[in-house]
Amino acid sequence: MGMTDRKLELLVGNLLRVGVLAAAFMVGLGGAAYLAHHHSERVSYKAFQSESAEMRTVPGIWHAALHFHSEGLIQLGLLILIATPVARVALAAIGFYLERDRLYVGVSLFVLAVLVYSMMHAG
Amino acid sequence: MSALLFTFFVWLTAATAGFLGALTGLGGGVVLVPVLTLAFGVDIKYAIGASLVSVIATSSGAAAAYVREGYTNIRIGILLEVATTLGAILGAFLAAYLSTHVLAIVFGLVLVHSAWRSLSGNHQDAGPPVESDALAKKLRLAGSYPVEGKRQEYGVRNVPAGFSLMFGAGALSGLLGIGAGVIKVIAMDRAMKIPFKVSTTTSNFMIGVTAAASAGVYLGRGYIEPRLAMPVMLGVLGGAFLGTKVLIKAKVKSLRLIFGGVVLLLAVEMIMNGIRGRI
Repeated sequence: MGMTDRKLELLVGNLLRVGVLAAAFMVGLGGAAYLAHHHSERVSYKAFQSESAEMRTVPGIWHAALHFHSEGLIQLGLLILIATPVARVALAAIGFYLERDRLYVGVSLFVLAVLVYSMMHAG
Repeated sequence: MSALLFTFFVWLTAATAGFLGALTGLGGGVVLVPVLTLAFGVDIKYAIGASLVSVIATSSGAAAAYVREGYTNIRIGILLEVATTLGAILGAFLAAYLSTHVLAIVFGLVLVHSAWRSLSGNHQDAGPPVESDALAKKLRLAGSYPVEGKRQEYGVRNVPAGFSLMFGAGALSGLLGIGAGVIKVIAMDRAMKIPFKVSTTTSNFMIGVTAAASAGVYLGRGYIEPRLAMPVMLGVLGGAFLGTKVLIKAKVKSLRLIFGGVVLLLAVEMIMNGIRGRI
């Protein structure tokens, strides 16, 4: 195991930790804002009705979060969370590139493309 | 129920699920969906969406700790993620077309399998490390992991079988919003003859990436309800963190039996409700 490998692993570990903490912080912030305003409202999730269009797309969520909309903040936190494993795959691709491992650069980029396709489908 | 009480009880339930999931190695998602649907009356699509989000949180949270120890085999993980992410997208699309009754029944069957794994005890290494076969050599999947301070070399076999099982694990993950870690571990340690410790940590690495693949589809279809996902994500994350802290001291065996029993009861409830058309 080369020095770059070890460094990359530590980088990945830190990235995951920071990503999860940032996501939890944002979700907690949005949750506190939500409960502050709606704590005594009656809630029921018995019937499925798809989320509003704004809460289903990346630009919509970004827009709502910038306006300090509580549900927008929560969704933004969840987007950060979803992005952490994606970033991890991107880092793996860089790591394989540094090792001149063309086969696995290709495999990593393929997985990355599938993940990006999934997110594009959302937006 | 008021929003405050609902949020608190869901948070408490999620924290308990995350705690027990970490202690038993079954993950939190597997009990979360049935409890949310059966006890809280949440539509199964919202429950699946919230559970999927919590699966990503625990996977990334745990991986941050594992990655330093040098067990995870990134090559095996990335290669098999080709199968799990494609499977996950297929599963997430299927979730929209299947009725909630069918989802409940499929979920119940997966729970039966999890319960059986939990009740029949811990499945450790299948045998000593093996030589890689031709395809695994070509793909350079062999690796080494720390055993008592030294690095133990291991090989990999049956890549196509593992790959197909992983596609199935990905599809179940996307369909039901679970990590499907149990099936991922079976694919690696049973089919591909990879050491158990390497299988579990690599499976954990893959769970987050797999779940991220279906999360986009879920988000686009409006399955991720922020007011529900909030207490679920924070609860599971906190519970799982606590679970890994006490893991060393706890008597896991009796806990596995109790947990397995609970999962089995939930499985029966899910299947019955699905058949009667109440979910």
